Amino acid sequence: MSAKKKNICTIIALIALGVFLVIVEQTTTESSMMRSVLQLSAIYALAAVSMNLLNGFTGLFSLGHAGFMAIGAYVFAIITIPVSKKGNVYYLYGVNDILANVELQPVLALIIAGVVAAALAALIGAPVLRLKSDYFAIATLGFAEIVRIVVASSPLNTITNGSLGLKSIPGFGSFYFPFIVVVVCIAIIILLINSTYGRAFKAIREDEIAAEAMGINLASHKQMSFITSSFFAGISGALMAMYLGAITSTTFPITLTYNILLIVVIGGMGSVTGSIVAAFLVTFAKEWWLRFLDQEMIIGTFQVPFLRTGFRMVVFSIILMLVVLFWRKGLMGQKEFSWDGLVRTLKKIGGIFTGKNRKPSASEGGGASE
Amino acid sequence: MKKTALLLALLLTVSVFMAGCGGGGEEGGTTEGEATGGNTVEGTTIKIGVFEPTTGENGGGGMQEVLGVRYANEKFPTVDINGTTYDIELVEVDNQSDKAAAVTAAQSLISEGVVAVVGSYGSAVAIAAGETFAEAQVPAMGASCTNPQVTLDNDYYFRVCFLDPFQGTVMAQYALDEGYTQAAVISQNGDDYSTGLASYFKQAFEANGGTIVADETYQTNESDFNAILTSVKSSGAEVIFCPSSIATATLIIPQIAANGITAQVMAGDTWENAAIISPEAVGVVLSTFFDENDETNTVAVDFVNGFKEYLNADPQRITWNSGSDTVAAVSALGYDAYVAIYQALQALDGTDLETINSNDIRDALAGVTFDGVTGAISFDENGDAVKDTAYIKTITEESLQTSSFQFVKTQTVADL
Amino acid sequence: MTTSIFLQYCLAGISIGSIYALIAIGYTMVYGILRLINFAHGDIFMMAAYFMIFAMVDHMIPWQISMVLMILATIALGVVIEKVAYKPLRTAPRMSIMISAIGVSYLLQNLATYLFSALPKQYPSIPVLNQTIWLGDVSTSIATFITPIITIAFVILLMLLIRYTKVGMAMRAVSKDFETARLMGIKINTVISVTFAIGCFLAAVGSMLYFTPRPSVFPLAGSLPGLKCFVAAVFGGIGSIPGAVLGGFVIGLSETFIKAAGYSEFSDVFTFILLIAVLMVKPTGLFGEKLMEKV
Repeated sequence: MSAKKKNICTIIALIALGVFLVIVEQTTTESSMMRSVLQLSAIYALAAVSMNLLNGFTGLFSLGHAGFMAIGAYVFAIITIPVSKKGNVYYLYGVNDILANVELQPVLALIIAGVVAAALAALIGAPVLRLKSDYFAIATLGFAEIVRIVVASSPLNTITNGSLGLKSIPGFGSFYFPFIVVVVCIAIIILLINSTYGRAFKAIREDEIAAEAMGINLASHKQMSFITSSFFAGISGALMAMYLGAITSTTFPITLTYNILLIVVIGGMGSVTGSIVAAFLVTFAKEWWLRFLDQEMIIGTFQVPFLRTGFRMVVFSIILMLVVLFWRKGLMGQKEFSWDGLVRTLKKIGGIFTGKNRKPSASEGGGASE
Repeated sequence: MKKTALLLALLLTVSVFMAGCGGGGEEGGTTEGEATGGNTVEGTTIKIGVFEPTTGENGGGGMQEVLGVRYANEKFPTVDINGTTYDIELVEVDNQSDKAAAVTAAQSLISEGVVAVVGSYGSAVAIAAGETFAEAQVPAMGASCTNPQVTLDNDYYFRVCFLDPFQGTVMAQYALDEGYTQAAVISQNGDDYSTGLASYFKQAFEANGGTIVADETYQTNESDFNAILTSVKSSGAEVIFCPSSIATATLIIPQIAANGITAQVMAGDTWENAAIISPEAVGVVLSTFFDENDETNTVAVDFVNGFKEYLNADPQRITWNSGSDTVAAVSALGYDAYVAIYQALQALDGTDLETINSNDIRDALAGVTFDGVTGAISFDENGDAVKDTAYIKTITEESLQTSSFQFVKTQTVADL
Repeated sequence: MTTSIFLQYCLAGISIGSIYALIAIGYTMVYGILRLINFAHGDIFMMAAYFMIFAMVDHMIPWQISMVLMILATIALGVVIEKVAYKPLRTAPRMSIMISAIGVSYLLQNLATYLFSALPKQYPSIPVLNQTIWLGDVSTSIATFITPIITIAFVILLMLLIRYTKVGMAMRAVSKDFETARLMGIKINTVISVTFAIGCFLAAVGSMLYFTPRPSVFPLAGSLPGLKCFVAAVFGGIGSIPGAVLGGFVIGLSETFIKAAGYSEFSDVFTFILLIAVLMVKPTGLFGEKLMEKV
């Protein structure tokens, strides 16, 4: 396929995706499952891509993602809750005087949320990034726990509403809002990855010493990767707050980091498109397709065994284990989605699948073709 | 470089394209929403959603609430409206005690076509899903979510239980009535139920002449309380108020005993669960929604007998009910929540409706009054059940044999 | 603070610290040999408690026999997990195996929820361990009192095992250099299985000592203790057994005294700050890598 053809394909795929979203918007009602699972998937996609930037592309194994998402979500919530509703939200402790009249535009607030998360990353990055692999993971995990406890602690009652959490956070407004934000953010990450910085990140991932010998400043590049990742984690956290409308510190437990990590792994460490596809697949499977496993089912007089509450999560975790064990590289490995790759795969699979059968989400990453 | 420029241009185009559609789509959406609005019953099956956690932190209590709802459904499986007999079908969904999962869980109910929802145990998930129900214009009936924020600013959320401020104040009042003046409070960081109740208790206790001598906090899934309890012991507290989850209760009670603390232990409604009854727990006092042995409330007597029979019919139900046939208050509330919706459906009989829309049920709910298992129920303008009485119960030596709680007294608060 | 209250705090701190130490050894030994943070270790600890309930409550087996069965079942679980989830990934990047560990932890938690429901289950009371004893003004249960003693005894045994037995030597060799050890004819798989068995044995014993005075088991009961023990292991220098023990005691005592000072809300924050601070000064923990011999 020539480069021109590929570009045309990419454009067509993106337009098809846009059209798909429009169709969903037009044919479903406000609260349909399809809409919200798509939105949730998009948010997870951004969280996974931002984690992948750090874990997959720079080789820094961080487990602090939930912490940065929590910061983003809280900052966003604090500055966007409508002034008229603050009384009801801070009904027990009252609202801090400084915040009483603050109500910002969502887009501006999103950026501020990201910036605050990034600033904290910069603050802790300098010391923490000196640590080697596992120790870095543990230190970031500790940081995430600290964030979670501190936001719910009583000295911050008038700001974060302590353990009671925040609600009345403005929603998306438009159905498309999260998709636009996510697409723009991921595009920026892709641009970064394809820049000289991105190449330096990959060099650090492959071999730190060799990278340093090539004249790459390890400290500043790691710092940059960490800050950028945290910035977008903050934004994904803020989107999560918009999606949920109500947050508490327990919205962002360590298991959230693990969830995102598993998405990254299933998609392939070091593949942006992989993370995106995996985010959609995992979220759809977990929130939608596998739900029937929790319901007792009787076909005729036959009671289907095992099906009862909790079974869905067991099946889900077994699937995860199988992927980790037998499909180690995940969906995409370190490769990105490309039309040549798609053609090759299709040829391999033969007539079983045609291009039309591919999930729309799978072509989302078409923009990253190389 | 060329490629990235192209990519950027593309993305911008797409964004603008989508943004453009976004504006238009939104308008389309609202008009469409006004036209249809809410779910409508199709055929002769009325679907009622059961929105409860059956896994995760609150999975245990959530399951007991589900049992109450299932029993109610077994007892009232059909309803006659304007000459047609409708089957009522429960659609259950697990919200995993997790807010992110709660929103999609709620949505899956809506897309299944439910016209009303019961749930949820745990206020945080109810708050998270509240917007979804309100947007879909489907009424939700909270069974045991006691946080004020659940129904605040939400026209579609109702509840059959009393609220945290009431409960916290009642317990403070009870402690003062018993002559205690020095209290210790133990609450869970990040948990709205525990922290909220503790705050109301502190406010009411201090406002009425008591002193809070220790204010301790623990983390989610913490199981060692020795250090905290040593502090409580040395503070000289006469009463310890520790609203918490059942899991925490079963951990903290034996440790209180092991530390040789003799102060009165008090908690909220979550503790009314057979799982906490043990020799160490004798003397514990808690507030709850109903009294299983109250002979004067015939509805309750019927419910208790019927529900025990229902539980004993299947060993799995006993397992879910923490291994005994003791009736938990949340089961009773689950039952009442279902009955409230059932009453609203009955109220639609005789109206000139051609179809049954969830909005009609909402409107009917606002006017429902009935005698429930947990007392007379009617709803105020917020959608909260009007309740002014809490039942104080305790664990005695006798409880160990019967694995049930002993009723002490009813407690009301004058100035609430 | 009177002396008796001070002693009560000390006892609380030492007792919880020694449990942290017991479980931290499991983390540290596995890390020493496989360079794997076994995220599932806290959940194995939780499963051990369910095994005990299963034996004693559901099948009325006397506690002495139940204890043996429980320990065997826990060891079997640990060894099976290693064979199924970790062994196939031994040549894979370190991250994959860590992720596999997270996956196992997930699976165990979900499985426990499915099988035993999310409601807490009462841990059976072991009469011998459950008596309350008074030491002057200080009251405690026998379990709390003997935990540090048992911990220290096991640590000494373990150190002797590692120093003087053949399998101990093999373990040391494997942790020094995996490939060379294999070339020298050491059966790597056996050594790894033994390591997991020892770790799980300690987790099983720890679980009994932990849940007897805190008699409530639920599917997430292992997650926070697991995390703390893991912090303890890192604090002391992951890979080092004396380090894990010291880490356990330091974490246990420090969080107790933070609570004693009235900052119960921030005790875990302090624990994690302490961890990060130690890592800043000594990037491999107190007794990390070269200072002490590893398993």
